[in-house]
Amino acid sequence: MRRVLLFLPLVIFLGLGFFLWRGLSIDPTELPSARLNEPFPAFELASLTEPERLLTAQDLQGEPALVNVWATWCPTCKEEHAFLNLLAQEGVKIYGINYKDEPVKARAWLQRYRNPYVSTIDDQQGTLGLDLGVYGAPETYIIDAQGIIRYRHVGAVDERVWQHLQQVLAEIATEGQS
Amino acid sequence: MKRLLLSLLLLALPLSVSAAIDAYEFRDPVTEKRFQELTAELRCPKCQNNNIADSDSAIAADLRREVHRMLQAGATDQEIVDFMVDRYGEFVLYRPRVNQMTWLLWYGPFALLGVGVIVVLLVSRRRRRPQSAGGQAPLNGAEQERLNKLLQQDKDL
Repeated sequence: MRRVLLFLPLVIFLGLGFFLWRGLSIDPTELPSARLNEPFPAFELASLTEPERLLTAQDLQGEPALVNVWATWCPTCKEEHAFLNLLAQEGVKIYGINYKDEPVKARAWLQRYRNPYVSTIDDQQGTLGLDLGVYGAPETYIIDAQGIIRYRHVGAVDERVWQHLQQVLAEIATEGQS
Repeated sequence: MKRLLLSLLLLALPLSVSAAIDAYEFRDPVTEKRFQELTAELRCPKCQNNNIADSDSAIAADLRREVHRMLQAGATDQEIVDFMVDRYGEFVLYRPRVNQMTWLLWYGPFALLGVGVIVVLLVSRRRRRPQSAGGQAPLNGAEQERLNKLLQQDKDL
């Protein structure tokens, strides 16, 4: 019994060491989305490219798609824009949310850097962003055909992130078949 | 010289005190106090070690505006907190709720304290027992002889 007790400090040390070591690989800025597996929040906002047209959550349904939150004031959005164009070319359906931005600037940006979005929601006040729990741009969500939020990525989408997003999309696709 | 020093010191004065100050009007002082308490307890999702009252980030300003709007609309504190948790998760609470997930967090320290008390009691009891029993058990004949021998050895050195 006494012998066993002697090992107690070692056990405590190993336990502490394990948690500290785990802590090294945890990114505290990566928050789990509170909206995961919930329907896309309801909204009624103008389209950025056709301001007279109102978009709602129903417009995003139909097939699995990416929803990308972006703004012209966000440097990382510019970085990922080329990659989004590439994805759009490959036939990936991407919706845009122009988050707390000036529509004139945003339209000019889409003209200049090409428009990868099927349609873009003009969220000038950030109300949809608030309902989604967006706390910065860019953010990218995956929604399924029913408009349920299946995945959230905070930060730019690049080759590495896309591999992961593809896995999620593949999972959704196999669900749809069964 | 003195004047130069003074003017230099004046340069160091923070002319623009820019904390997160927005002009909000409240129905009554009670609502204002609730606003201050709520914004002090909600954590900013972007700048994670600030509450939304202190943070200057855009999202914190939005959240303050939302808290103000809800307060003016007559929402209860609980409704506002639920609204934020719905969108940003439990993360935004500086004081986590007591539920299965947070039992360890809330009661863990007390449990550890309890364990500590028990250990201290056990150790102190173990120390006391030999004395109350009247010291060590007497040596038997063979042991006494060996002890004497050993003591003798030391003397010989």
